[in-house]
Amino acid sequence: MGAPLLSVRRLSTEFRTERGTVKAVDDVSFDLAAGETLAIVGESGSGKSITAMSILRLIPQPPGRITAGEVVFDGQDLLKLGDQAIRAIRGNRIAMIFQEPMSSLNPSLTVGLQIAEPINLHRKTPWAAAMDKAAELLGRVRLPDAKSRVKSYPHQFSGGMRQRAMIAMALACQPQLIIADEPTTALDVTVQAQILALLKEVTRAANSALILITHDLGVVARYADRVCVMYGGRIVEAGPAREIYARPRHPYTIGLMASIPRLDQEAGQRLVPIEGQPPNLAQLPPGCAFAPRCQRAADVCRRERPPLAQASPGHLSACHFHAQLHA
Amino acid sequence: MPDATSSHPGPSGVGPSGLDTPETVLEVRDLKVHFPVMAGAVMRKQVGSVKAVDGVSFMVRRGETLGLVGESGCGKSTTGLAVLKMLDITSGQVVFEGQDITRHDRARMRPIRRRMQMVYQDPFGSLNPRMKVAEIVGEPLEVHSVPGGRAVHREKVAKLLDMVGLLPDMADRYPHEFSGGQRQRIGIARAMALEPSLIICDEPVSALDVSIQAQVVNLFQELQERLGLTYIFIAHDLAVVRHISHRIAVMYLGRIVEIASRAELYAKPLHPYTQALLAAIPIPDPEVEAGRLQQIITGEVPSAMRPPPGCRFHTRCPMAMDVCKTVDPPMHGLEGGRAVACHLHG
Repeated sequence: MGAPLLSVRRLSTEFRTERGTVKAVDDVSFDLAAGETLAIVGESGSGKSITAMSILRLIPQPPGRITAGEVVFDGQDLLKLGDQAIRAIRGNRIAMIFQEPMSSLNPSLTVGLQIAEPINLHRKTPWAAAMDKAAELLGRVRLPDAKSRVKSYPHQFSGGMRQRAMIAMALACQPQLIIADEPTTALDVTVQAQILALLKEVTRAANSALILITHDLGVVARYADRVCVMYGGRIVEAGPAREIYARPRHPYTIGLMASIPRLDQEAGQRLVPIEGQPPNLAQLPPGCAFAPRCQRAADVCRRERPPLAQASPGHLSACHFHAQLHA
Repeated sequence: MPDATSSHPGPSGVGPSGLDTPETVLEVRDLKVHFPVMAGAVMRKQVGSVKAVDGVSFMVRRGETLGLVGESGCGKSTTGLAVLKMLDITSGQVVFEGQDITRHDRARMRPIRRRMQMVYQDPFGSLNPRMKVAEIVGEPLEVHSVPGGRAVHREKVAKLLDMVGLLPDMADRYPHEFSGGQRQRIGIARAMALEPSLIICDEPVSALDVSIQAQVVNLFQELQERLGLTYIFIAHDLAVVRHISHRIAVMYLGRIVEIASRAELYAKPLHPYTQALLAAIPIPDPEVEAGRLQQIITGEVPSAMRPPPGCRFHTRCPMAMDVCKTVDPPMHGLEGGRAVACHLHG
């Protein structure tokens, strides 16, 4: 195996808040191969979105600051690049899709123009040709009447159509990596399935890698090759999707799976919730962040932070007792 | 008259299983809620209407949970608000505990409101940030002049907080000091304060973190078992609805397209829209997903201002026939209280 397309090493991002400095992302490392789909799963405050924004250096600064680590993309550490160099990568070699297409599209410009802009900017394609390309891209994301829709404004689109336009924009410069942050959370169930299937299809066709940030374990199961589970700013479990669902090796992952109702299980049984509340990042316990909610927690868990260690080949777990969690 | 003989929280009275035929708590007949669409700055006139709810009928029995599912614009939340009479009913009937409340004015709704409560989606926006938890939970007692005075109310609030799993010392704190899940517990305690018989829950867990949703879902179920509560559970998440509901009504563009018991609906969905909704929900297991046929329907929900002619779903239906484009399929009753509005099952 060659070098990974993206290698995140010991990434840490802090935010200064009224209640002190918060480590939103704490010592996060993972690799991503070309063409692979990696899901980063977690609840609000887990650090999944901040990880994604740190990769592209989109952290508002201040109050945020990337304090440590490397983000090596295709041999280059993005954290060491100058402003101009990172701008040449954003929307070009790495594209991002956000949850709210309405707030990431400019309401006063036509959709076609916004898709053509990165093509003109990064590829130096003349505007007329870039607009033709925009129409072609809208067709590729199967927007009805793509040709005439180039001249539409975002408010004339439905939520699903806007997200299609966002995908077209992301694809504009044939990026090697697309980062999608909760791309379908705001959409209806049937439209959500359409958009995710489309995203998977177009990334596969372009051999782009995809980082899918989500809280939905169903979405992960349907679309991801590999998974990182985040909790309290850290990765607590990582590995191939099938392996993690079949043999979860962290109590948080095990707890999450037991707490969600599934369409294919017998109905009427009580769910087994994870007791307690998600951690407050400003007051993380010294040991394992999950210890206060963990039924298996022992003294060592409250004292020492468990390292992310290999539980089985390719499968990592940050639990002192991962060896005993083998179901 | 309200049957205020049971006093909860306390040992449960006669549960739904204790009765031979559970009584009907709520019956909704051909409910329509249309919103006028106005245009013109000076000469305001009505140019159309949004048929948010357009002929919906169902009943809810004591002690059961009826799930209302569907995508945005299907009218599920509007149906809930209309039952509570929080917006104007265009036509149809709402019968609650044997009383036709369709034309009740505010004054006549007051005693009814005690028996029908709502739990909202947003645990952040639905609690007054300037009120302490004890005031929020106790407010319905004051508003409805529940006898007993301060001390009795205070004790009642403590019991309510305990019932929803909050600690007594939380009574004197403000909403911002609580997490989303805890705030939803406060909202539930407030809804329970007047010992209602029907609680309408509008997306009550969808704003909560995944690990917290199960806590709140379990709380709803425990309260129902202990107190014989009746719920209308409105949600878009079919897995959660399946888990909590005894019967489920699937809505599309202002209509119920299928209504059935949980077991029937999920084992053998009849309406193509129900089938599409179920197929769209991924199952959290990669092995299962790999073997699943992924039939994703195309398009989005059309505007409720101009619903398609004939069957409203025909523009997206993979099985649409010619008749579907012109003839609106009526609700067709099947065995066991099941019903479906589709020409394939006419």
